Amino acid sequence: MKSLIDKLGKTFDIKDIVYQRPNLAFVTVSKEHVLNLITNLLDYEGFSHFVLLSCVDWIEDNAFQLTYFLNNPTLKIDIAVRCFIDRNNPTMTSAHHLWKQIATYQRELKEMYGIDFPGSPGVDENFVLEGWDNIPPMRREFDTKKYAEETFFPRPRNKTNDPKEYMKSKMYPND
Amino acid sequence: MDFDIKRLGFTLLGLLIVLNWGLLMNAFMRKIGARVARRIGIPWHQPWIDLFKNYSIRSQITHGLMFYLGPIFRLSGGVGIFLFMPMIITGDHWLNYSFQGDLVLIMYFQFFGMLGMALGAGEGGHPYSAIGISRGLSQFTTIEVPLTLAIISLAIQYDTLSLADIVRAQQGGFMHWSMWTNPFATAAGMLAALGTLGHSPFNLVMAPNEIPIGPPTEYHSTFLGVLQSNGAILHVVEAALFMNLFFGGATNWIEFIVKTFLIYFWSVFVGMVFPRFRIEQSVTWFLKVPLVLGVIAVVMFM
Amino acid sequence: MMVDDKNKKKFDNPHYAKREVIGPDGKSFIVDPMNDYFCDARPKVHEPNIIPAVEKFLNWARSKSLWVLGFGTGCGSIEIPPLITPRFDVFRFGIQMRPTPRQSNVFIISGYLSVKTLKRVIRSYEQMQNPKYVLALGSCTVNGGMYYDSYNTINRLDYYLPVDVYIAGCMPRPEAIIAGFNKLKELIREGKGEGANLYAKNFDWYKANQKKIIKDWNMPDYNW
Repeated sequence: MKSLIDKLGKTFDIKDIVYQRPNLAFVTVSKEHVLNLITNLLDYEGFSHFVLLSCVDWIEDNAFQLTYFLNNPTLKIDIAVRCFIDRNNPTMTSAHHLWKQIATYQRELKEMYGIDFPGSPGVDENFVLEGWDNIPPMRREFDTKKYAEETFFPRPRNKTNDPKEYMKSKMYPND
Repeated sequence: MDFDIKRLGFTLLGLLIVLNWGLLMNAFMRKIGARVARRIGIPWHQPWIDLFKNYSIRSQITHGLMFYLGPIFRLSGGVGIFLFMPMIITGDHWLNYSFQGDLVLIMYFQFFGMLGMALGAGEGGHPYSAIGISRGLSQFTTIEVPLTLAIISLAIQYDTLSLADIVRAQQGGFMHWSMWTNPFATAAGMLAALGTLGHSPFNLVMAPNEIPIGPPTEYHSTFLGVLQSNGAILHVVEAALFMNLFFGGATNWIEFIVKTFLIYFWSVFVGMVFPRFRIEQSVTWFLKVPLVLGVIAVVMFM
Repeated sequence: MMVDDKNKKKFDNPHYAKREVIGPDGKSFIVDPMNDYFCDARPKVHEPNIIPAVEKFLNWARSKSLWVLGFGTGCGSIEIPPLITPRFDVFRFGIQMRPTPRQSNVFIISGYLSVKTLKRVIRSYEQMQNPKYVLALGSCTVNGGMYYDSYNTINRLDYYLPVDVYIAGCMPRPEAIIAGFNKLKELIREGKGEGANLYAKNFDWYKANQKKIIKDWNMPDYNW
């Protein structure tokens, strides 16, 4: 694992290397080099299995973190390639030409975070939400509780009592 | 033929008996299926309640004239078989309207209901109905082949196309039944009976958990009630057809009930043991062993 | 990211657009799926039978023969297979599953209902025939349950469909579902299972609520 990262380090500008387990490492590269790195891993290092593409919203840093999770089935090791993209202009190069299923992940990210992947097949179609016309719901500035209360006719809550106070007032009213 | 009010009355009474016996038999068979699956199963009166429920649904929708006529054609198929089928051979109360050559008419009525249902279900516009009906027709066509061969063999053997005459020729003892005198036709006919009675190996067309229930997908409320009534009648008269052809007919209602129950139970028994066939499997199955048995039965009496 | 009226999405399904089609005989004709494929007639109120004894008997038959639409909408549908298999065997009580909405009377909303599923549920519900009952499983249908603040699951089912019986729990055990069925039978026998008529009477209110959350309403208002 370490030798692999060292080897990659000679070619790519890799930062923040985390060895999570003996067979799992996280690396961070810049947005422009992600596709080069995963293409390299696919073509030369045998990472032929694409596991997942996920996103984390770092609203404080004004960035989205994309994680491409790859697996090498022969060596049974995983590598996760992370990159940060600008939150105000969330656009990323599409990687659907490497693995077909990435198009589905990208479609989901477009819907849930509003990250655009130009050229990805069907990226503008509905994925899970049909007819969503608000801020993408997984962005952290989207107040899901407020939205649910405004939209879904919440049932009024029953009156509740603090058990301690209630028992005290019932059993020892003079205290 | 003169109009005979007594005969009509007995025929209608017979239809009532057959309908109720069919509903009860359906309940019995579903209970047997439940017991095989280690369940208790429906109460014995459930088919009547379902029937009442379906007739009591308040709203109906229609897709046009043929949609109405589909269940009616199906019912007239079942009732048509009943009308020309001698039920009890002794006396002339329960011979219904059987006449010389009624066997041909019965064969025709078997397909008539199916075709009417095809027209009605096609009008429903639901794609599953159309798929279901095309499956049903292709399967039923191949079921008819060994059945027709068996009937041709019996017709040659007894030199008649009258069911009542065929039954009378089998009277006089257990060994006179066609089951013994023409075993190949019986074998072909009883294998075809598995298909016509519509139980498990060959019930892909109507099975609720296949492509959602096929032809009657769109039928509801009264339409479905008519189809259910017809199903009950059809099960009894089909069993009665095989009883008359191969097992010596019936001389009283007790014998009728026992024999039709056993013939229906034969298809249920096979259905409990064997899983469902796909359409192409059942089509090829009917065109193999039953067809060969039927051909042998015909050649033997040529 | 701001959303205003200008960049709000438009939901036009090209499959439902009006278009000109050339038939096999060479003639061209207009196809308007919204009018041709569906009926947009409003639901009607069907009054019970005027003779009380007859209605009582019919209600008894209806309560004894409940046909459930086999449509699992949420996680609660996993509680349905034990019901119909030997452990609980609801066939004993006249309850059966039907695969098509046309022949079913009971709609079990099994647990949480996302907006996307609600659209299908409404379509299926409207295709069922008049005496029809809704059984709502789980706390999700009562007040949203653990998804009370989710952006995509409804909170109260009775704003969208007339509910006959709520069965609380997360998830309700099959015993609880059988108890719910018994309650439903009581209601039907008392003549209170009039959800379909309620839906027809308050049709505008139900439609307004449904349309508030289903943004891409690309179907007719009432599609039986």
